[in-house]
Amino acid sequence: MEPGLFFFWLFSAVVVVGAVGVVVMRQPIHSALFLLLSFLGVACLYVQARAELVAAVQVLVYAGGVMVLFLYTIMLVNVKRQRTERYLHRQAVPALGFGFLFLLVVGGVVVNEARALAGKAPAADPAALATTVIGSETVLGNTQAVGWVLYRDYLLPFEIASLFLLVAMIGAVVLGKRTMERFD
Amino acid sequence: MALPFPLSDLLVILPELILSELALGILLWAAVVKRERERALAWASLASLAIAAALLPVAASFAGELPRSAFGGMIALDGFSLFFKALTLLAAAVTILFSLRFVGTSPYPGGEYYALLLLTTVGMMFMASGTHLVSIYVALELMALSQYVLAGYFKQETKSVEAAAKYFVLGAFSSGVLLYGLSLVYGATGTLSLGGVSAALEAAPRSTLLMVGVVLVACGMLFKVASAPFHVWAPDVYEGAPTPVSAFFAVGPKLAAYAIFARIFFDGFGPRSDDWAPVLAASAALTMVVGNVGALMQTNVKRLLGYSSIGHAGYALLGLLAYRAGGAAGQPEAFGLWAILFYLTAYLLMTFGAFGLVVLLEAKGYATESVDDFNGLWKRNPLAAGAMVVFLLSLAGIPPTAGFVGKYLLFSAALKAGWPALVVLGVLMSAVSLFYYFRIVRAMYLVDGEGEVRWREEPAVAVAVGLCFAGTLAFGVLPQPLIALAKSCLLP
Repeated sequence: MEPGLFFFWLFSAVVVVGAVGVVVMRQPIHSALFLLLSFLGVACLYVQARAELVAAVQVLVYAGGVMVLFLYTIMLVNVKRQRTERYLHRQAVPALGFGFLFLLVVGGVVVNEARALAGKAPAADPAALATTVIGSETVLGNTQAVGWVLYRDYLLPFEIASLFLLVAMIGAVVLGKRTMERFD
Repeated sequence: MALPFPLSDLLVILPELILSELALGILLWAAVVKRERERALAWASLASLAIAAALLPVAASFAGELPRSAFGGMIALDGFSLFFKALTLLAAAVTILFSLRFVGTSPYPGGEYYALLLLTTVGMMFMASGTHLVSIYVALELMALSQYVLAGYFKQETKSVEAAAKYFVLGAFSSGVLLYGLSLVYGATGTLSLGGVSAALEAAPRSTLLMVGVVLVACGMLFKVASAPFHVWAPDVYEGAPTPVSAFFAVGPKLAAYAIFARIFFDGFGPRSDDWAPVLAASAALTMVVGNVGALMQTNVKRLLGYSSIGHAGYALLGLLAYRAGGAAGQPEAFGLWAILFYLTAYLLMTFGAFGLVVLLEAKGYATESVDDFNGLWKRNPLAAGAMVVFLLSLAGIPPTAGFVGKYLLFSAALKAGWPALVVLGVLMSAVSLFYYFRIVRAMYLVDGEGEVRWREEPAVAVAVGLCFAGTLAFGVLPQPLIALAKSCLLP
């Protein structure tokens, strides 16, 4: 087996094990830690796809910032140990059934397509970003290329996303703060 | 270093820019305004919407030749997007009129409410003109996130919180499905701009990967327009959200979702319509049946209107299916598309009208408005009862109302496109819908229920309902001007 392929399977296994762990674990804190594992696995896959900046951001933002938020929330909400009672268990069997069906269909199609495309240049290739030519300059490296694309080609969605984050903040404040007394 | 875009691109998004700034201004003003004077915020929001509406033709004239693409093909200004933007602004304005007292007398602050309403409108306006899957998706999320908050705005009411939680979880899940579909489309074509996707589909051989991507995108979109089998959230959310917000949900987000649905599937996936049409047809059939049969068993008015709006989502899907119903040369999608534009306008008028009367209903508790509350309405308020009858007739598709003309246009477009079975089903289900709409009529005219439920006297809502009433009748009797407008919006 090629080393690249070996590591791909290894990291993928880490991602899947982490994701399953998130769902299966009873304690929220254990779920959170498995999520961290999954995030790190995804970051490794990004490195393999030569998207180094995205990998670094994945570690910093998701494995770092988002995880800290999750842990804080778990600490503040102080979830009691889950009792043994199960909820939603009637949905478990159909959900698993549909999940596997979906996995079979989509997974089968993706694998099939990947076989057909083997050896051909992919339609979308993150590695190509590293040597983008913009105007008269050749952009060197992933970070610079992502910066170019993000703040030039995708400037408008980027700004809309900033409005989106503002809305998230307003929403958190509105739903979180205490209500004023009624006046009529 | 040169600017990446000409500065004139900013003029293309002028209405959205100004509206988001005004929304932020209202948010800041809300911090200092006294609680008793919050009504001024509502009027300011209304004025902001009016300013944005007035800027639409300004932006169009500055943009020059339409369609005008801006920001490197992220968005485009054309007749189609202008039509939807105007409808969206109208929907938000009516919602504000509905909310004046509903929010004003509640223990919840008005400033954030109106700011979120304006920001969700900005999202919908960007959706209407998005021509790139990334800008469409980000705008969709801007719209949706504001709406999750609005659904749960009455946060001490369990039902409002339940509505918000269900809407949020299912909405996030459907966005995941949509994104996964988009990622597969990107993987197969290497581009996310609708024109690029369309060109790649023309050139590329059939690929199953792409088909799965398209189907997943369709699933995500069907969720957003509340079509079966992704409709389950709608009645719960409409029931639990504050009534003006429910009215808004039944109209605004659906309009915007249909705009991007049409845009993605015509401009983007058009060359593969043979692949996706059966999926949409199956969903349309299921939606018409589930919505109309589901409504039969409802006693809560908001749930009933929720199911009825699911049924209407099914009719509107017929318009999307009539994509190829022969129009002028070079405009293959014209007939189906302008039928949708007309129908959605009619749908806006009649749905807001019916919901407006529910807003006036002072029910016994939060979200308990039932069909029985309408008992004997015609004795106490014959005008309101008469208006409700017209809205219900229009919803059922009986002449001389706008709902009838809209349905007629949709069904004839679908017939031309070769979907006779679906049209027959649609007509059958319209007959079924008469049954539950007339339960309300029966309650109003035949059941005696003097003085059980109070009705609010509220001029703002009465004005809004009156406008909807006038529109529903006017476009039912004289549909030509609106049809002409819809047609002129689609021609380049």
